[in-house]
Amino acid sequence: MYITDEIIIAGFGGQGVLSMGKILAYAAIYENRETSWMPSYGPEMRGGTANCITIISEKKISSPIVSKFDSAIILNQPSLEKFEDHVKQHGFLFYEASTIIKPPAREDIMVYKIAAIEEANKMGKKQISNMIMLGAFLEIKPLVKMESVLAALKKVLPERHHHLLPVNEQALIRGKELIEVNYHVSV
Amino acid sequence: METKKSEVRLMKGNEALAEAAIRAGLDAYFGYPITPQSEILEYFTEQIPKRRGVVLQAESEVASINMVYGAAGAGARVMTSSSSPGMSLMQEGISYIAAAELPCLLVNVVRGGPGLGTIQPSQGDYFQATKGGGHGDYRLIVLAPSSVQEMCDFVFDAFKLAEKYRNPAMILSDGALGQMMEKVEFPEEGSLPHIVPDWATTGKKGRERNFITSLHMEPEKMEEINLHLQKKYKTIEENEVRYETLDVEDAEIVLVAFGLPARICQKAVELAREKGIKAGLVRPITLFPFPKKILSDLSKKIDHFLVIELNAGQMVEDVMLAANGNCPVHFKGRMGGMIIQPEDVLEEIEKIIQQPILQE
Repeated sequence: MYITDEIIIAGFGGQGVLSMGKILAYAAIYENRETSWMPSYGPEMRGGTANCITIISEKKISSPIVSKFDSAIILNQPSLEKFEDHVKQHGFLFYEASTIIKPPAREDIMVYKIAAIEEANKMGKKQISNMIMLGAFLEIKPLVKMESVLAALKKVLPERHHHLLPVNEQALIRGKELIEVNYHVSV
Repeated sequence: METKKSEVRLMKGNEALAEAAIRAGLDAYFGYPITPQSEILEYFTEQIPKRRGVVLQAESEVASINMVYGAAGAGARVMTSSSSPGMSLMQEGISYIAAAELPCLLVNVVRGGPGLGTIQPSQGDYFQATKGGGHGDYRLIVLAPSSVQEMCDFVFDAFKLAEKYRNPAMILSDGALGQMMEKVEFPEEGSLPHIVPDWATTGKKGRERNFITSLHMEPEKMEEINLHLQKKYKTIEENEVRYETLDVEDAEIVLVAFGLPARICQKAVELAREKGIKAGLVRPITLFPFPKKILSDLSKKIDHFLVIELNAGQMVEDVMLAANGNCPVHFKGRMGGMIIQPEDVLEEIEKIIQQPILQE
């Protein structure tokens, strides 16, 4: 359905931003697609802003670094300010409700607000908010199949945390449900 | 040698390089950690004890390179890796290794400089890698990967070339290539056989003594060695040039870029072609030997070269030498860990082709 999707995922270090991108990249590999995952790395990783560019494509990827994105998944205010203008016209922006005080203003893109942290807290595990975001994203943009995502999750989550696979899976599903009900903001 | 490919994996460039080295029959790795290449040492530390070879974290880069010198002299397939400031520390040893004509693999995952600089990607070490780096007239064979797959493949190529010419080979990568993940397919382990060479210091055992040194006090002897080295570098220049071209056949403006920026330029060529601009790309794969001939040939046909680098303009000098005044050579770079975007390259292309060409 999409030939190439260039995705920016950005937030604070520790929110699972890099893992979300990795999961998408692994899922793409499992479906024999082309993919690249480019992190912003360095001392900013813990506590500061972290982001990664993940590209999934049907054809060989030229540049793994791009400045215009088809999709943006944004988990904090500084990242929204940095990347809102970098979403392509008619692109998609997903943002986490409670961490963003000043919502996006663009009217030429699709904007989705997801209360991922609130929902994660309700589910009793605040670390899974990133999976709720990812679930919501995949409901709107089914770039990869759910079974590939679950296989990827198993790969990205360290083995010592594998007892948390079911709760992560529930979080993905919860994200998919959330976006169906609600939050379709503009255009 | 046909190397069979096995399973597809998703890996960071640094990890892919380390895995490739083990599969290429690495006997020993000596190194000292530095961002953004520490995954190489970490990967070896985890894997080598379970598989084969020696991995040692030395007390410094100076120690590492001299351990490489010793192991290479003993005929081992050996390597080290570092990033810019660490590579600077190794230059004396590299000069000795080149003078003693020992094969080894050096990996520089370049970060922004000068000085301690930044941990973000850069190509500021092009001069250091291709023009000697250390003292004296010597050359490294320098390969510049632009994908995670090439971070793997060039390990095999570098060992082959190093051993063929008894010369140190370098993989000149950058922080972004080291840290990014892409698909990679590995050759089978053991697909690059290694025979301990007869010049190696393996113990006398009834033969004449093998002697490896870079010290020759008689000027006649030292000049003879220099002439021999220069002849070898000439042979390498005649036989081992590698490059890739994209859309150069009808191009009016040709981009020249190596490593990751070549991928960015590939996208810029796509964007330019969409706008009807006849743009093309030459990607030097070997930085020494430099692909002079293709650039010289193109310079007689095209209107402009545009060189894109993550530095203040280093390879551009080699492009100018190859173009030899046949066409203008333009340059655009970013420094200090900043990365140029495909749109920036496109903007530069548009700026250049809109300028009227001055006739003499």
